[in-house]
Amino acid sequence: MSVRVQREDFDLGAEVAALRSGRPAVGAVASFIGTVRDISEGSAVSAMELEHYPGMTEKALARIEAAACARWELLGVTIIHRVGPLLPLDQIVLVAVASAHRGNAFAACEFIMDYLKSEAPFWKKEETPEGARWVDARVTDEAALKRWGIPSFNASGTEAGSDGEA
Amino acid sequence: MNIELRFFASVREQLGVAGERAEVPGDVRTVGELRQWLRARGGAWAEALAEGRALRMAVDHAVARADTAITEGCEVAFFPPVTGG
Repeated sequence: MSVRVQREDFDLGAEVAALRSGRPAVGAVASFIGTVRDISEGSAVSAMELEHYPGMTEKALARIEAAACARWELLGVTIIHRVGPLLPLDQIVLVAVASAHRGNAFAACEFIMDYLKSEAPFWKKEETPEGARWVDARVTDEAALKRWGIPSFNASGTEAGSDGEA
Repeated sequence: MNIELRFFASVREQLGVAGERAEVPGDVRTVGELRQWLRARGGAWAEALAEGRALRMAVDHAVARADTAITEGCEVAFFPPVTGG
């Protein structure tokens, strides 16, 4: 099991090889890579900056991985998320999951991404012709996590987001 | 009570500061009360931590609610909804 937050790029082939290495019980590996698009909300994106909360990020990712391992029988998980300046075409995030059969690998990979999108403390800032802007959280991401039975109020604002005043 | 404050992304930019050590009065016991206390500084603080704004909060790296207690030496973070992945 491996969780990394790094500025450097990653190599899918090398990561999958590491995930399978010494694990002959693995019969399936599912992976997802998120990349930087050159268009967002109708605006051209020339660059992106990814900020995170050092310390909390690693704990959040480890918790997400543990939640996946509690739901499905998995033989290995790798989560890598990049931070710092990125350009269109760059890789942002990798999730790779190994299991005995494909069902668990597919499901856990999607679950981890859905969880990460709404619960891991990363923020994207895009450079556009209209200036730099912080990306808004999406309620569709929140809905994606809710279908796994995990409540999220990331985009919609929350009981947790309110400050408790009338 | 002495605590560590951390701000991220748009909240950090709005406040013009990434964090600070703060001495908070004894009657500020929860994250919600802390937010209210910081808002009373006015200006960018009132705006960035405004009541209606969808903010997320954490105490010692764990997601917190308005009623989460704060304790001596803890680290409290305020940040906008997350957008990684």
